[in-house]
Amino acid sequence: MPKRRPKAAAAIAMPAADPVPDAASLDELDRRIVLATQDGLPLVARPYAALAEQIGCDEAALREHLARMLESGRIRRIGVVPNHYAIGYTANGMSVWNIDDAVIDAVGERVGALEFVTHCYRRPRHLPDWPYNLFAMVHAASRDAALVRVAEIVALLEREFRGACKGRDVLFSAGILKKTGLRIGV
Amino acid sequence: MSERLDAGAARGRRGVAAAREPDALDRRLINALQGGFPLSATPFADVAATLGLDEAEVIARIRAMLDDRVLTRFGPMFQIERMGGAFCLAAMAVPEAEWGAVVEAVNAFAEVAHNYRREHRLNMWFVLATERPEGIADVARRIEAATGLPVRLFPKEREYFVEMKLEA
Repeated sequence: MPKRRPKAAAAIAMPAADPVPDAASLDELDRRIVLATQDGLPLVARPYAALAEQIGCDEAALREHLARMLESGRIRRIGVVPNHYAIGYTANGMSVWNIDDAVIDAVGERVGALEFVTHCYRRPRHLPDWPYNLFAMVHAASRDAALVRVAEIVALLEREFRGACKGRDVLFSAGILKKTGLRIGV
Repeated sequence: MSERLDAGAARGRRGVAAAREPDALDRRLINALQGGFPLSATPFADVAATLGLDEAEVIARIRAMLDDRVLTRFGPMFQIERMGGAFCLAAMAVPEAEWGAVVEAVNAFAEVAHNYRREHRLNMWFVLATERPEGIADVARRIEAATGLPVRLFPKEREYFVEMKLEA
């Protein structure tokens, strides 16, 4: 393996000062909030007061800003993220499907609506050895249970989109190697 | 930078398995807190009142679950794409003989948010998160340079469904 360069790799290339803030870039307060909560919310009785003090703004303004970030989807939600293994979801199967491009979106919407599918995306194929364009994550208490669910997807495709699926695979997780979540400005 | 990176590396070495199983009360808290944490002045007290617990107990429970890695995070979940950044799924085919070194090299990148081993020829699957969309290709190139292995990128072309809540 070539020599690693963790130092060069660790920092995201980011100008110290962006003279032309564009609408799509991180708002300054958004950015300070992301940076201050990368390791989570403070575990104190008044977490927003603590956070406001840390980033140098008013607590009420901060809470209002967080509400706006939730409304606009810049924050998906605020809460806990359980370790899936610890709460019994020991089988995490990434099911991947080679779906006819003509019906991929209809299939994606349908598969994504199944209650046991936690994430469902269309992604590019990497031909010739990766023909799959639909990813549907299935969590279950065992591999057998996950495979039963994958079989339900097979049956659904057969029933409603006959001939659209040209192949599939399930990639089970054999271990979490890292789960730190988003890190910016490190 | 180095502190956070060192902490990440330490986590990588120790693994991320939970130290224990959550008990019944932990599970109640997990189910109640996967979203909708109040934006009030005293959110833990509000959560406690809803669940018939007391504020200090809720705080102590969350802290203990984080310490024992029953929880991997408590706080806001950001959707970086809505803030001008990008997420991208990526995969590599890592030879078994190089596995440990490649895990260490890949995990050392702050842009690697999650990393999973999966049973496939493409045996390492990770999520890259960057502040700018163009940062994805850049970090992928740097990971290739650090490991000597090609990185395949699987950007999402369309999101049909995302729901990360799981009943405990």
